[in-house]
Amino acid sequence: MYNFEYHKAKNVADASALITQKSEAKLVAGGMTLIPTLKQRLAKPSDLVDLNGIAELKGIKREGNAVVIGAMTRHVEVAESAEVQKAIPALAHLASHIGDPAVRNRGTLGGSISNNDPAADYPSAVVALNATVITNKRKIAADEFFKGMFETALDAGEIVTAVSFPIPEKAAYMKFPNPASRYAIVGVFVAKAKDGVRVAVTGAGPCVFRQKEMEAALAKNFSADAIKSIAQKQDGLNGDIHASPEYRAHLVGVMAKRAIAAAG
Amino acid sequence: MPNVTMTVNGKKMSGNVEPRTLLVEFLRETLGLTGTHVSCDTSQCGACVVHVNGDGIKSCTILAVQCDGAEVKTIEGVANGDTLHPMQEAFREHHGLQCGYCTPGMVMSALDLVKHNKNPSEQQIREWLEGNLCRCTGYHNIVKAIKAGAEAMAKAQP
Repeated sequence: MYNFEYHKAKNVADASALITQKSEAKLVAGGMTLIPTLKQRLAKPSDLVDLNGIAELKGIKREGNAVVIGAMTRHVEVAESAEVQKAIPALAHLASHIGDPAVRNRGTLGGSISNNDPAADYPSAVVALNATVITNKRKIAADEFFKGMFETALDAGEIVTAVSFPIPEKAAYMKFPNPASRYAIVGVFVAKAKDGVRVAVTGAGPCVFRQKEMEAALAKNFSADAIKSIAQKQDGLNGDIHASPEYRAHLVGVMAKRAIAAAG
Repeated sequence: MPNVTMTVNGKKMSGNVEPRTLLVEFLRETLGLTGTHVSCDTSQCGACVVHVNGDGIKSCTILAVQCDGAEVKTIEGVANGDTLHPMQEAFREHHGLQCGYCTPGMVMSALDLVKHNKNPSEQQIREWLEGNLCRCTGYHNIVKAIKAGAEAMAKAQP
């Protein structure tokens, strides 16, 4: 690891000021991606600004018809939260299957979506539940937040503070995990809300995307049968040692059908 | 260099570290607590699992400076003097190790599991061990040991 200066931010304003002032500063949340990246010398930040001491970024609360989760809330806290289990069980289920227990004890919601790994689980929940990403500067709709591989709508100095998840009528997440890392080779989050059905796919492409053909079919008839003739196109999907684009395209249909069945 | 102080196995320990020093390097190289092992060094194998403020974490994937002021427990802090902890005793009894390299991490992860689930099923134990790799045992005896260790802990502290 290259050396850097370390700062423990006291609050969000302090963290924002620090990353703006320093030339090549990086925020560290749970560090489950950043620290391995630093160890491989794939990044060389001048400064590391640690968000772990900021109490205002932690916690889960119900606000009207939404569950609002602080950016520094750890995966284990979402998985075990009685509030999340009751309101959006699919989200608790998703959080309980990220990585392994030690990763879930450190990794955070804000870190996961800000990094926007193509195979991360949380982006699918944010998009399918039509969540709102709250930052220290503004509110960003889920459809506007994820821009591409490891790319988001966040500006320099902008920090995710919370995510507001509207409570759906029903939802489920199914993933085909990489057996070693538990990252999604393909993960599909299906959510039925008052204003329609959303199907978000992670792991398959360079960035989370909505399967709108399936959404339209499910809006008319919410059943696995309704999408049986819809084939995901393989153009633009990821191909690597774990799975070819063709295989991933097939898995999108399989995981979507399983998610619909699980949502009931 | 920043100075860090943490309570390790109940004792206050301090040292000067570079910001890039990992917790596992501080434990092993500065404090000489070599019971915590480094194997893959890529956050996958779990040989380096310790408890920070009560949570099982991979000490190769957290900076020592991030643990300033924290309570840290390593495998050296698990036994009570010469008496093995019930979980350690269960690993011995059920032959839950061969070479022993992964064992400190296995025991620390097992104790984290029992914190979340006092009576884990075989399936739950197997799922919990996703982050701990063993290349000798085939896991079977580790799973048996953790089941027995959890039961012994429940008996000792009902």
